Amino acid sequence: MGRALLDTPRDVAPPADTPPVRRATVVAVSTAATPAPAPREPFDWRGLGARVLPPLGGVALLIAVWALATQKSVSFPTPLATFDAAVKLFSDPFYSNGPNDQGIGWNILFSLQRVGLGFGLAALVGIPLGFIIGRFTLFNRMLSPLISLLKPVSPLAWLPIGLLVFKSANPAAIWTIFICSIWPMVINTAVGVQKVPEDYLNVARVLKLSEWKIATRILLPSVMPYMLTGVRLSVGTAWLVIVAAEMLTGGVGIGFWVWDEWNNLNVAHIIIAIFVIGAVGLLLEWSLLAVARRFDYN
Amino acid sequence: MLVNATPSINTRRTLQIQDVGMVFPTKRGPFVALRDINLEVQRGEFVTLIGHSGCGKSTLLNLVAGLTTPSSGIMLLQERELTGPGPDRGVVFQNHSLLPWLSCLDNVLLAVERVFSEKEGKAQLRERALAALDLVGMSHAVAKRPHEISGGMKQRVGIARALAMEPKMLLMDEPFGALDALTRARLQDELMKIVATTGATVMMVTHDVDEAVLLSDRIVMMTNGPAATIGEVLRVDLPRPRVRVALAENRDYVQYRKEVIDFLYTRHSHVEKAA
Ligand SMILES: Nc1ncnc2c1ncn2[C@@H]1O[C@H](COP(=O)(O)OP(=O)(O)O)[C@@H](O)[C@H]1O
Ligand SMILES: [Mg+2]
Repeated sequence: MGRALLDTPRDVAPPADTPPVRRATVVAVSTAATPAPAPREPFDWRGLGARVLPPLGGVALLIAVWALATQKSVSFPTPLATFDAAVKLFSDPFYSNGPNDQGIGWNILFSLQRVGLGFGLAALVGIPLGFIIGRFTLFNRMLSPLISLLKPVSPLAWLPIGLLVFKSANPAAIWTIFICSIWPMVINTAVGVQKVPEDYLNVARVLKLSEWKIATRILLPSVMPYMLTGVRLSVGTAWLVIVAAEMLTGGVGIGFWVWDEWNNLNVAHIIIAIFVIGAVGLLLEWSLLAVARRFDYN
Repeated sequence: MLVNATPSINTRRTLQIQDVGMVFPTKRGPFVALRDINLEVQRGEFVTLIGHSGCGKSTLLNLVAGLTTPSSGIMLLQERELTGPGPDRGVVFQNHSLLPWLSCLDNVLLAVERVFSEKEGKAQLRERALAALDLVGMSHAVAKRPHEISGGMKQRVGIARALAMEPKMLLMDEPFGALDALTRARLQDELMKIVATTGATVMMVTHDVDEAVLLSDRIVMMTNGPAATIGEVLRVDLPRPRVRVALAENRDYVQYRKEVIDFLYTRHSHVEKAA
């Protein structure tokens, strides 16, 4: 059962445009967030309307329901009150009154920094590991069961280990990001390596290329699309996890900020934070999609 | 055998295949694909392998390419035993197998660098790759990626890549099989010219009778599998350069063609197995 994870048969044709994706739920979220690609033709106003109006309608509907539901509420802010609070919040995003009271801009940047560090380390370890697992059967057999066992563990279960080892909240949060974002990269890279078309490997064999040339000229370019899918899933997961991790560890960060505002009973700020977290996640996703498109050789 | 006893008796001999057999282990037990293959190819000779689909032509070519190792028998390339793949045999694959992320030039360079980078500088390597692309008439597309050129052009670049290594032998597995008839005819004519100018030794797989007769010095006709072997070898003594249009009415050409067809469709007609 565990081995089945990475033992993809060689003869399965690689889906050129949709690399295999192991985390169905995350994918569902990410595809929903992906905008339909806009074809570049002579300007098509009706097409534009058809694409722009429904999303706007959706947002309007959400705000309408929200406004109706909060009409008589005292504890839950109305859309208008939330908007006012957001304007005030974003008019000075980078103030700093000591470690526990900083602008929302700082909080976002601190969270992004943790995600960047944890995710960067995970890429540094995970992508080469994926290559090794994909290329050498021995390592595949050795590590696949471990990965299968560890992958489903909730990232937050790793937090205490981080706190124990690093004795400090910040590295523990980075460690949690590291461990949760490493699996998609390992797995997608390994699957990508296993799906390198036999033809290309035959070229490598008849030319008797060195292992280095095989890695740089054949494996890397052909695995790139799979790898970038892994990277995209990783960043998505990392951004999901950082909020939860920061709620537990404290410090400066968007997750901690949400928790702090909850303690202040400032619900408007919590709602704003939800939108901000969503928007940042979306931006991360889009920028990585743009990178992926650049590296797609098809 | 004889070879080892009298090693210098034939210096023109490029490839020797002696008693080669190939057995594939499968889920339903061992599958004998080839048995008792004996063949010699002389320097500068053009040999085609013809036979019904599934008889083992690709298997034999892959053995010579070193992509698979024979279950029995030995193969010698210029009197040295073949132990694996190597750049002394240029392989042209049916589906071109150009790397899609490299330009045509870089695809050829990859092969050139492998063989000559120890002795030659960057400029010379580039020169070689450009010369090879020029030979196949692809100078106009050196910077293009494989997906930007037609199937026939890809196959030309594939041939350029194989030839640029200056291999002892050119191995081609149905190189024109996926092309339309007109493109195929043009590439066949060009291949004949290239072989004439380079003096290449070629072993080519085909299932096209006309292609075999047009190009070959000898046609190796294979029996049907399983346990396929060489049924007959037909020497084609048509003068070169061969011109397609003139040959169509040439009595010898018609006779050679008839002999191949007779072998394939009368004596070894293919029985389609129910799928
Ligand atoms: N790797 C393999 N494992 C098992 N059987 C194989 C393998 N490669 C080829 N065969 C079998 O050997 C026979 C010859 O195949 P092949 O050489 O591809 O035929 P051809 O090129 O003449 O059409 C076929 O029956 C094929 O199924
Ligand atoms: Mg074949």
